[in-house]
Amino acid sequence: MELDNIEFKSLELKDIYKEFPGVVANNKISLKINAGEIHALLGENGAGKTTLMNIIYGIYQPDDGEIFINGRKVFIDSPRTAMNYGIGMVHQHFMLVENHSVAENVALGLNRTKFLNPTEDIAKEIERYSNEIGLHVNPDAKIWQLSAGEQQRVEILKALMRGAKLLILDEPTSVLTPQEATELFKTVKKLVANGHSVIFITHKLEEVYELGGIVTVLRQGKVIGTTTTKDATKEELAKMMVGREIIFNLEKEKVEPGEVVVKVENIDVLSDKGIKAVKNLSFEIRKGEILGIAGVSGNGQKELVEALTGLRRVEKGKVIINNKEIQNRGAREIGEMGVAHIPEERIKYGIVPNFPVYENAVLRDYYKEPFSNRGFLNYKTIKDFTIKLVKDFSIATPSIETKTKLLSGGNIQKLILARETTTKSNFIVAAHPTYGLDIAATEYIRKLLLKKRKEGSAILLVSEDLEEILQLSDRVAVMFMGEFMGIVDPKKVSIEEIGLMMAGSLRKQEENNAHLN
Amino acid sequence: MDLIISILQRTMVAGTPLLLGTIGEIITERSGILNLGIEGMMALGAIIGFSVTYITKNPTLGLIAAILSGGILSLLHAFVSITIRGIQTLSGLAIAMIGIGLAGMLGKSYIGAPLSVRFSEVAIPGLSKIPFIGPILFNRDPLFYIGIILAVVSWFILFKTRWGIIIRSVGENPKASDALGINVSLVRYLSTFIGGCFAGFAGAYLTLAYMPSWIEGMTGGRGWIVIALTIFAQWDPLRAILGAYLFGGVDVLQYILQPLGIPVPILKMTPYFVTIIVLIITAREVMRKHLGAPKSLGEPFIKGEK
Repeated sequence: MELDNIEFKSLELKDIYKEFPGVVANNKISLKINAGEIHALLGENGAGKTTLMNIIYGIYQPDDGEIFINGRKVFIDSPRTAMNYGIGMVHQHFMLVENHSVAENVALGLNRTKFLNPTEDIAKEIERYSNEIGLHVNPDAKIWQLSAGEQQRVEILKALMRGAKLLILDEPTSVLTPQEATELFKTVKKLVANGHSVIFITHKLEEVYELGGIVTVLRQGKVIGTTTTKDATKEELAKMMVGREIIFNLEKEKVEPGEVVVKVENIDVLSDKGIKAVKNLSFEIRKGEILGIAGVSGNGQKELVEALTGLRRVEKGKVIINNKEIQNRGAREIGEMGVAHIPEERIKYGIVPNFPVYENAVLRDYYKEPFSNRGFLNYKTIKDFTIKLVKDFSIATPSIETKTKLLSGGNIQKLILARETTTKSNFIVAAHPTYGLDIAATEYIRKLLLKKRKEGSAILLVSEDLEEILQLSDRVAVMFMGEFMGIVDPKKVSIEEIGLMMAGSLRKQEENNAHLN
Repeated sequence: MDLIISILQRTMVAGTPLLLGTIGEIITERSGILNLGIEGMMALGAIIGFSVTYITKNPTLGLIAAILSGGILSLLHAFVSITIRGIQTLSGLAIAMIGIGLAGMLGKSYIGAPLSVRFSEVAIPGLSKIPFIGPILFNRDPLFYIGIILAVVSWFILFKTRWGIIIRSVGENPKASDALGINVSLVRYLSTFIGGCFAGFAGAYLTLAYMPSWIEGMTGGRGWIVIALTIFAQWDPLRAILGAYLFGGVDVLQYILQPLGIPVPILKMTPYFVTIIVLIITAREVMRKHLGAPKSLGEPFIKGEK
């Protein structure tokens, strides 16, 4: 079947309802998208945007409600059906086979793929499309060799070559550098000019204005309203999204950095694949200072964090914390020397999901007095301690006996922060501390980090959220291919400069020489 | 010289069942299913092949029955792994035990019985006359030739056709494949079935070509070596040819070293000992080139899960 001539006029959702165990993800959502329009779907994490899109794309079935395409009622029971109606989707986490080539990924499941030498014609077609729409990508390259921006182009190509007329982009800029994001916006506008429709899912207000057009705001599974970027101000949209006024700027007090707490000297760290992921890296962090690490993920941030916290071997060089060399010591020993760790992937590395809250609260210190006594755990003390933590950090949990995995992401993160920072530590390694959290929890955690800074902790903050890095950090290091492209002052640097540094095309010397003494 | 020819001839015969089993396991694992039950499916294939041939006096019928028996037993593993998403390692081990037990039971009355017909050597005109190479490679039983052809065909299908892209994608990233409308379960069922058929074929080779009689424990651990060979071959049927005949050589070596006074139990250990060494070497190579196993090997796929 040749899909290039699918007709798409409109998509209409009526009272879509979808429930997952314990949450109503979509509560009677109605929405209409017409051919040739950009429709932004704005909402916080957990507002139900992705669930709704997965329903349109046939990955989930709604529990109730109707879908109309070109005015006719349809049942979209699988992605294949969605594709036949001209709907294509680019997921936030790419659905690509990493070890295969671009052409093989595009050829997979495509009806016109030939049996023999399947990638030959597909590669030619990719090149043709690439040139027409400006989606440049080498058909023979393996996916793992490509940058996130290029991988995204492959996903868009996959959808277009299946005849997609309505393209759903789920948080498409979350993995891109600012420059790549600009490229993407250009592509989106080009597609719309060619008669395609685009649903653009995002939680970033700036992007909605950059694209222009219609915007629908979702909150807690419901449609709060549909408007256009001309009719609503940024503040109004923000209020619709969060349900209250939000503070765009955090209060950051001036703290005079003290003595050096962390000193990293020329370290090399290998990745899982045995390639050098951190190359000859050196830096210092002082008391009361936040060093932010910006960069597209996969440039050695993870390996650096693991090396500092004792989870990965340091091949070469020294890590000195509180005047003691700590490289290649065990994680527990490093912890005892004053290093707190807020790991990325909090559910995997931060907690034991099936343990109750009180056991996770002492995961770091359970073996020490007063929690442990001659090999026996002192549950009374542990529970009292947990109750205090839950209160002090306003962790929302039905009880301290609740299995920790049942808490929301924000509350799990608060629990981890509570556990890591109440013990005697003066160096906090925070990896993506607000990733995937709602605005309220994000605000709380950022404030907490600033409080710790004021109390004299040295903090290493790794984040992909540039805004967060620029707001919280005293100095920002941009990491690319295992090296710092420079350490800059967040107040003086422009987003464009950081973007270029993230892409590895600009290298800057640190201006402030005070740190070299 | 004659001794070397004779050793290499026996190497070819000893390597063929390993090759057949390995091709099958490669196909199965490429789709993301780990089937450790090769030993059982081989044992079942061996006795079914033997008994059907014994009764019908037709080795081709015996071979077909053996292939199907391996395939059918593998469907049990497919059901546990794919439909009810059980633990594949355990299911595979159970399949091995079931197959071995079943074969022992079915074979009771055939122990010591001679097989009057079998697949005997066919000399390929012209080629078999080439000195040295001819008698080793071109004067073999037909199943040997079929094995090599199947290895090449499997390689071609896996890496040069549309089916290959589908099978490999399902093994690497079932979620992505599902999102493109591929029926992940169906692909995995078929790949597991084909793998089982190959294991049945390998078993039949033992009783219908290698040694035309039945004794219990006939497979002698070959099914386990196949698992290791799959890794050694880096999931590539062409590399499997190399690996299988290398191990065939190790197998033959036992009999040559026996007269030298090395204790038999030690010799019997050789193939397994070599297996461990090869696995260590391969693991390093796999890590360096970051090739590795299909990404989703052994992981059940749950459609529509968050």
